[in-house]
This record gives sequence, C-alpha cells and structure tokens, in this order.
Amino acid sequence: MRRVVITGMGVCAPNGIGLDDFSEALQQGKSGVRFQPKLKELQFGCQIAASPLIKEGVKEKYFTPLQLRGLNASGLVYGVMAGVDAWNDAGLSKSIGDSPDWDSGILFGTGILGVDKFREAIYKVDENNVRRLGSTAVMQTMASGISAYLGGILGCGNQVTTNSSACSTGTEGVLMAYDRIVSGNAERMLVGSCSDSGPYVWGGFDAMRILPRKFNDNPEIASRPMSATASGFVPGSGAGAMVLESLESAQQRNAKIYAEVLGGNVNSGGQRGGGTMTAPNNEAVQLCIQKGMQSAGVKSYEIDAINGHLTATIKDATEIDNWSEALQLKGGNFPYINSFKGVIGHCLAAAGSIECVGAILQLTNNRIFGNVNCEDIHPDIADKITLGKVPLKTFSFKANVIAKASFGFGDVNACVFFKRYDD
Amino acid sequence: MNKEKYQKLKEIVAVYLPEDVSVNDITEESHFINELNINSANLVDIVLDVEDAFDIMLENEDMDQMQTVKNAVEIIEAKLSNK
Repeated sequence: MRRVVITGMGVCAPNGIGLDDFSEALQQGKSGVRFQPKLKELQFGCQIAASPLIKEGVKEKYFTPLQLRGLNASGLVYGVMAGVDAWNDAGLSKSIGDSPDWDSGILFGTGILGVDKFREAIYKVDENNVRRLGSTAVMQTMASGISAYLGGILGCGNQVTTNSSACSTGTEGVLMAYDRIVSGNAERMLVGSCSDSGPYVWGGFDAMRILPRKFNDNPEIASRPMSATASGFVPGSGAGAMVLESLESAQQRNAKIYAEVLGGNVNSGGQRGGGTMTAPNNEAVQLCIQKGMQSAGVKSYEIDAINGHLTATIKDATEIDNWSEALQLKGGNFPYINSFKGVIGHCLAAAGSIECVGAILQLTNNRIFGNVNCEDIHPDIADKITLGKVPLKTFSFKANVIAKASFGFGDVNACVFFKRYDD
Repeated sequence: MNKEKYQKLKEIVAVYLPEDVSVNDITEESHFINELNINSANLVDIVLDVEDAFDIMLENEDMDQMQTVKNAVEIIEAKLSNK
C-alpha cells in the first residue's frame, strides 16, 4: 500500500500565525482568547472569542490588489494564508504557464464561508439593488470558494474541492486526502480547513447557550477543557493546512517529512443510541477510534499521546470515557492527552486542521504541549485516568504515535493517527 | 474624446488587468475582453466602478455596447450630458 507523509504545514491560529509563532504559543500556553467589543455591543451572552490577529500589510503578500478589492470573507483570508504557507513550506511552487500540476489537488473544508460578504449581499438585494453586488459575491460565499481561490493561486490540476462536516471537517479532510493519495489518484493534496470570524457565525451558538458567559472580564481562563468548571466552548476561527504527499513523491523531491499519516476512520452515530444533532453516540465514537486503529495498524499501547476534541463542555468527561473504552486503557496506562482549545478556543470547521498541525508539531519538536485552565480537573476524568496524563505544562517527550480526533454536529466523527517518520 | 474621462477610465480598468497586460497597453481602441484579456466577470465590476466614479447609472444595453475603451467613454459622455 502507498505510504503518505506530511511535507508542509501552515497555520493561521488565534494565538499564532505561522508555524514558529503557533508552536511557541502552544509551548508557552499563550492564549488567543480575547474580549470582543463587537459582541458586547450586540449584547451577546458570551463576549469573548479567539480569532487570528492579522497584521497590517500581511494580506497583500497573499492576495493581488484585484483580489483584495471588496474582500470581506475572513475564513477565506485565513485559509489562503495557511494554504499558501503550507505549499511553500513543502518546497512546492506555483504552476507557471498554461498547464496546472495534474498530480496535485486541494481539499479545503469550511462550515460556511464569507458570512460578512453574504450579509453585504443580503442588504443590497433587499434594497432592490442586486445589480450592485459585483462579481465577487459568489466566489467569496460559495463553500468551495476557499479551494477555488487556492486552486487558482497554486495552479492545481487534480481534484479541487471542499468538504464540510461541522467541527470534524479538518480531521475528516486529512483522511479524505489520505485516501486519494493511497488510491493513486493524486501524488499530493493540500488539505486544510478554515472558519470565518464574527457575530454572524458565533451568534447561533450563543443562542444555544453553549458558550461561556462568566468570563467576559477574564477571557484567558474562559476555555477550560477537562476542567470541573468548564462551562462551554469559546468560539474561534482561523485555518490550518497540511501538504499530504505519497512517500515516493516526497523522497523523489527530497522533501522534508514532518510525519507519516497512518490512516484512521470517519463515521457517524446516525443520531441514534444517545446520539443527536448536537451530542455524539458514544458507541460510534468508540468504533471510530477502534476502526481507525485497525486501519492505521496501531495497537492502543502504541499510542503515546491523544489530542482530543475536548471543547470545554460537560461532555469532556464522556469523551475521556470513550477514549478509555475504545483503547481499553485507563489509569496510568492511558496515553497523555491534551486539548489546544484552552488557548485557541473552538475554531469550529477549522478546529481539526489547526489542531492536527499542533499535534504534528509535538512530534517534530519532541514535546507534549501542556493543557491550560484545567488545574481543577473534572472528578469523573480524575476517576478514569492518572492526573499526570493530563499535563499542565509542556514537557520534552519523544512521542512516536499521536491520535487526533474531532467530533461534529450531525453526530459525525473522525479519528486520524500520525507517526514519527524515520527513514 | 475627452482626455480627462479617458484618463479616469484608464485608472479604473488598470486594476482589472491580468498580470501580462500593462496599463501602457491600453489604447482608445482596446477591446476589454479580446485585447486587454479582462475576465468577463470583472466587466461587471468595471461598470460599478464607472458608475461610482462618474455618478451615473448604466443600463443593461449600455453594458452590452461597452466593448472597447472608446465605447465606454462615449457611453459615459452621453450619460453625463443627459443628466
């Protein structure tokens, strides 16, 4: 079977843009959660969020002046930045001339794109002014706008598409791209996901009362995965991207290799057996992890660390139970586990890809990044696994296999396994 | 042809030129799509920019007739004189 490796990465995260800043931020436990005056003005219950801070003049490095005209789709900006960075990081160049690179494709997911642009369009349409929409309303608001922009910038001639599976989008994408390379249909796939910022994306979650409301004056301690005082997820945004490539192609190009993708599994709980639109069917989560291990050829004792979905709701303890059941490991035998959501919030459709990039940085930096805001670990978690398995500080550790899972609305699950690459 | 209006139009069009076409390639006779290689979707944006710059409103038939730079200037002048 063809082996698949990761040869490039890029990230646009709330606590760091680019691999160096992001890796440093995860290492230090630096928070990207901030007070959002706009949310206060709009009388949101939760007035904090985690969004990438893009410095003046940075967009101009990724977009032409023409592309920047009327650009009002934050997810698209994050996605293009992360995607182009990953491509460059892999040592690949943009196709020049009339022929695209037929062996390279793009699979870049999102939940909803260009919400602010869509709002502009709605106002114009309602004012009987549809003729004033201009040419960019469609490409900035179509879900596949992000893969379409990247496809044009890079000149990819293989499959160029967008997946969407709520908060599992980014992790699911890695497995879809992996399959396409394993099957021989592509040599390399730029895979990632992005999510817009702003009240129109986050409002629905605020209305569902699943965002924390007690931390508006203290944003950095609001996102509390695995904590007894977790009170909801902090909404976030951003993008993560990876270049997945066949091992042959990577070796031929002499590319640097971050890690190997061993495979994994994607499934759904069918909104049965305790699963609903918003809550996972536990059996499905466990099956997803177990089938993922089978397909990746990994035994549970070989898993050194887990980067969980762990959003900082009351469901975190259930997720730990599911991992423990699926792996048949508990107490001191349970792998290290962390959640980056303590510092980046829940970046929704972008969560999986940003967190995959973070998980892989642990392999290349020989570190396990510490959890923040869970000094008061949830008692049900403490009952299940040894406290030291939820590290509160970053420490040196040479992990060999890391599991990453994401779960999404619609009762959908994705679990992928990454392995340190040794020649 | 009115120099000032021509110049103003040239500035608008310049933004939409593909990388391999320079502002200096624009002449009065230039065809927007066939010669300046402007993406037909962007013609819609040029029309909106022209409307804003000259404070006029262009109808569908005006857009159909706007094939070359010269056509555009003539339409702009006609609109302005009818104001």
